[in-house]
Amino acid sequence: MRFLTAKRRHRAARPALLVLALLLMGALYAAVAPAARVSADTGNSQQVAEGKALFQVTCSSCHGMNGEGTSQGPSLVGVGAAAANFQVSTGRMPMANPGAQAPRKQNTYTDEEIAALAAFVASLGPGPAIPTEDQYSGEGLSPDELAKGGELFRTNCSACHNFEGAGGALPNGKYAPSLVGVSGQRIWEAMRTGPQQMPVFSSGALPDEDVRAIVGYLDTLHAQPSSGIAFGGLGPVAEGLFAWIIGIGGICLIAVWIAAKGARAR
Amino acid sequence: MAKPADVSVDSPALDTERPPEQQGLPAGVTNAAVWADERLGLASLLKKNLRKVFPDHWSFLLGEIALYSFIILLLTGVFLTIWFKPSMAEIEYQGTYQLMRGLPMSEAFASTLALSFDVRGGLLVRQIHHWAAMLFVASMTVHMLRIFFTGAFRKPRELNWLIGVGLFSLSLIEGFAGYSLPDDLLSGTGLRFVDGLIRSIPLIGTWAEFFIFNGEFPGDLVIPRLYMVHILLVPAVLLGLIAAHLALVVYHKHTQYPGAGRKDGNVVGYPLFPVYMAKAGGFFFVVFGVAILMGATMQINPVWNFGPYNPAQVTAGSQPDWYMGWVEGAIRIMPNWEWHLGSTTWSWNVVLPGVGLMTALFVLLGAYPFIERWITGDTAEHHVLERPRNNPTRTAIGVAGITCYGMFWLSGGNDILATQFKLSLNAVTEFMRVAVFVAPVIAFIVTKRICISLQRADAERVLHGSETGIIERSPDGGYSEPHRPISIDEKFTLTQHVQGKALEATPDTDGHGVAEKGAGVSSLRALASRWFYAGVIAKPTKDEIAEADHHADGHDADGHEVKAGKSESAGQISH
Amino acid sequence: MSIETSKPGTDVDRHPVPDPGLEEHVERYTDVDQAAGDRAYRQVVMMLAAVPVLCIAFVVIYFAVPSDSFIDLFGMQWNALNSLLGLTGGLATLLIGLACVHWAKTIMGDEEIAEDRHSAASSTEDREVFAREFAKGAEQAGLGRRKLIGGALGGALGLIAVPAVVLFADMGPWPTAAVRKETIERTIWAEGIKLVNDITQRPLKASDIEIGQLVNAQPANLWDYHGTEFQVEKAKSSIIIVRMDPDRIKIPESRQDWQVGGILCYSKICTHVGCPISLWEQQTHHLLCPCHQSTFDLGNSGVVVFGPAARALPQLPITVDADGYLVARSDFTVPVGPSFFERDSQHDFKEGDR
Repeated sequence: MRFLTAKRRHRAARPALLVLALLLMGALYAAVAPAARVSADTGNSQQVAEGKALFQVTCSSCHGMNGEGTSQGPSLVGVGAAAANFQVSTGRMPMANPGAQAPRKQNTYTDEEIAALAAFVASLGPGPAIPTEDQYSGEGLSPDELAKGGELFRTNCSACHNFEGAGGALPNGKYAPSLVGVSGQRIWEAMRTGPQQMPVFSSGALPDEDVRAIVGYLDTLHAQPSSGIAFGGLGPVAEGLFAWIIGIGGICLIAVWIAAKGARAR
Repeated sequence: MAKPADVSVDSPALDTERPPEQQGLPAGVTNAAVWADERLGLASLLKKNLRKVFPDHWSFLLGEIALYSFIILLLTGVFLTIWFKPSMAEIEYQGTYQLMRGLPMSEAFASTLALSFDVRGGLLVRQIHHWAAMLFVASMTVHMLRIFFTGAFRKPRELNWLIGVGLFSLSLIEGFAGYSLPDDLLSGTGLRFVDGLIRSIPLIGTWAEFFIFNGEFPGDLVIPRLYMVHILLVPAVLLGLIAAHLALVVYHKHTQYPGAGRKDGNVVGYPLFPVYMAKAGGFFFVVFGVAILMGATMQINPVWNFGPYNPAQVTAGSQPDWYMGWVEGAIRIMPNWEWHLGSTTWSWNVVLPGVGLMTALFVLLGAYPFIERWITGDTAEHHVLERPRNNPTRTAIGVAGITCYGMFWLSGGNDILATQFKLSLNAVTEFMRVAVFVAPVIAFIVTKRICISLQRADAERVLHGSETGIIERSPDGGYSEPHRPISIDEKFTLTQHVQGKALEATPDTDGHGVAEKGAGVSSLRALASRWFYAGVIAKPTKDEIAEADHHADGHDADGHEVKAGKSESAGQISH
Repeated sequence: MSIETSKPGTDVDRHPVPDPGLEEHVERYTDVDQAAGDRAYRQVVMMLAAVPVLCIAFVVIYFAVPSDSFIDLFGMQWNALNSLLGLTGGLATLLIGLACVHWAKTIMGDEEIAEDRHSAASSTEDREVFAREFAKGAEQAGLGRRKLIGGALGGALGLIAVPAVVLFADMGPWPTAAVRKETIERTIWAEGIKLVNDITQRPLKASDIEIGQLVNAQPANLWDYHGTEFQVEKAKSSIIIVRMDPDRIKIPESRQDWQVGGILCYSKICTHVGCPISLWEQQTHHLLCPCHQSTFDLGNSGVVVFGPAARALPQLPITVDADGYLVARSDFTVPVGPSFFERDSQHDFKEGDR
């Protein structure tokens, strides 16, 4: 097949030119695309200034004095307020020590400080803003929409995050975190900004209504009663383990009792 | 030919059972028994077996767990078939479970949802069925290990061991077929894996795939076909094999552990009626009760969380049930070897760990009794079990096998290991690639040393008695620990085993210079035999025991010092 | 016929300590102490008496508890019907078992008895009688004199299996070269087919896709198929679209026109055993299969970097149409999915190809 392509390219310059033109067009689209995005919220300049001061104390050693990035950390130009809000309020940033992945931990910043940091990061370049509730809320969806959310979840998310959102393994010590108890806003922010190894799921491919359906599905899934202890939703490995420990282990204990000679009179 | 049967009523055998007031049985029961016996001749059949003796030990109940799990599976399985529809036809779900409403899915999946949410108790029975399936294979595994480590597969039970291996391999197919039926995301992923596995078989793979799936994956017939396999074909064969398995147990009579009065020529225990019947019958209800309680309190295979099968979806933690985990593990850690010869593809990365390893396990299991017999040259019948320490090499082989299986099994959950213990997935995989070869060797060596040490401890115990834990100081300042002699029963138990001896190679020619054919022992066989018996501690002889007894009598008052290395007096066959 | 386990005269070697014989039977408390016996008796009866109560509870629960009710206990919500039915039914079953065993252990006589064992083999006389009878039967059948009958019967029985086996030849279509070409060696991708989002069927514009983005997609014509055909085609045509910074990835010369500004499209079906893969790391560009951990580098034409898969992930040549939508330029250039014997794997992308 490949040699056909090669021949065609040799034989006629015109189709090649056409392809080139299409390529250019595509590249142009790509270059133009980000400009069409939500513009940065530069509303409160005092908040930006506060954020900058905080940033320079706590973030700049890795991300540079103006968020331009260093060898230690990526550039934050254009990541948007949503990214900053996600990373800091889940405790992932600032990182305590370099590792394969920034783990979720206790957030030590106040809401005002996070808002200031987000405002500063947003001022660096246009990126996704912090979403409003109607963008991510999973409330008030119809059963059909919830079911569609389930299909979207299983198609786009479960490969890494597992069928119940319990999390899963990635190469070289990285992992997809559990989604149990994670709010709709965090899920929206993660999908739109693609933190760390997670790919971006932009509104072009998955509009807000789809995100809401996914959030609604997860909330309903995690709220429904279970038919017994679920072993963290880890699937057949955990089930097998408990079949051995509780099933075989328990029955063997009874078997020992059955075959044991009881107390004797002397 | 047909004569009135009234003669038998007057037969002396029945006359003895006649007076009901003596037996304490109500007249109705006696009349029914007479009625049945006149038609079936039960009395002559049962008189031999009613009081048949079964030895009592907890490890003899492991096989019973498997038998009872199978009965539970039959009972719950029949219930499930009443609602389950083995069809891959696509419908739009409009049932009770709201998170699936409106989704396209197969009838098989929709009917599984209906069983779980619309049929009262259906979910419970589904969970019992699945837990019982896990217990079925697990109990067969431990039962088989018990047989292996105690040498219960030896003559005359080799054929029953082979039936057991057949049951074990069929149970894996049965389990896999059942796992595939609900057509949820995990079962579909499992089927897709099997599709890839079948395809990879050199020469015939594509043909096998097209025949099994009726064309390309997934097709529309594989679930109906697996349903037939799951509820008819394999259970029927299992049932037949189980009947044969049990008939042979009855014919051979059960093996027993060594002990006073236990010989190869007898069997000591409780009579079938009433003690063993009550214990075994009660145990059935115990196993059933535990399975029900597991179904009540532990969630298993929540298909409504997995969703219907969709060939574009997959989930983290896609694993088979535990008993296929070792094959899954082998597939995961296999290096990516593939040959591209001309216009053909030889997929060793799939066919070796998948098809090859499974075949190897069953062939090795089936062949082991015959291999061991070839090595030891043992032609005697054995009914008294061997304590695992008294056959160190076999025990070490068994533990090495378990270790190897365990390493493969862990590899099957390498992603879960990585996430739960915060390890690198790649590092776990690389480690396992080495561990499946190295760990069994280490396990073999360690186990063999432990067994030999235990043999040595046994010899010590027979000769010098048990340690009292009391330290005495003599007037001249020496310390010693008095030993208490052990009972004669224990002495017998510790010394009754057959002391195996390595085979000697016979010369190629007999005394007259004529080459011998067949009867002799080849040097390879002698070598294997020497390896098998290497390091075994010889048990104390009659004279040594007599001397030790005398020694102990003389020094009982002030105890005696036990020198390190005293057991060397017991001697070693080799090493 | 008793069992001979060791050679005559060696029994002293086998048993340096002579067999002391069965241990003396010692009575249980329940045998000698009337009160203890009565207590055990009461316990057995009580256990059995609890069973009817639990059974009635089971029936009441079956009819009274609605299927969607739940119990809040130990920090989780339990499906009430499942748990209560199981607890009552399971406990009732368990109690029957425990009562029987307790009865056997404490009340039934527990004197161990020994039964003689006989060798599995028949006696020599039996063997001789059998051999004689068999020879008589064989003689009557004429097997010795008319040798051909036996052989003919064997051959006939062997060959009668052939029709039975042939009956299965229609289990599935035969994967001849022509059939393979129309099934496992092609997908429904073709020139001009739009790439659409899986589930929502939303067509994708190049401008919708950001760097670091992953889209799970399908060909727009997939929904022309229904039922089994839909599943069969979806099992092969599923793709993932990713966008990477073109400066940070390797695009071979021959594949320069397979992508649009760093937007690349790969088969979602693993080349190992066919799991759909979409665990994509946007920073390393590695794609991991959750089934067996094969890892592919999407920044390098999908070559394998780890795991059991042996072949690179097939890449789908794409471009944009006049409206800016992503469309395929052709079908995949090699068969997608796991290997099969007749697959010509010489044309798959290998590290270093240009």
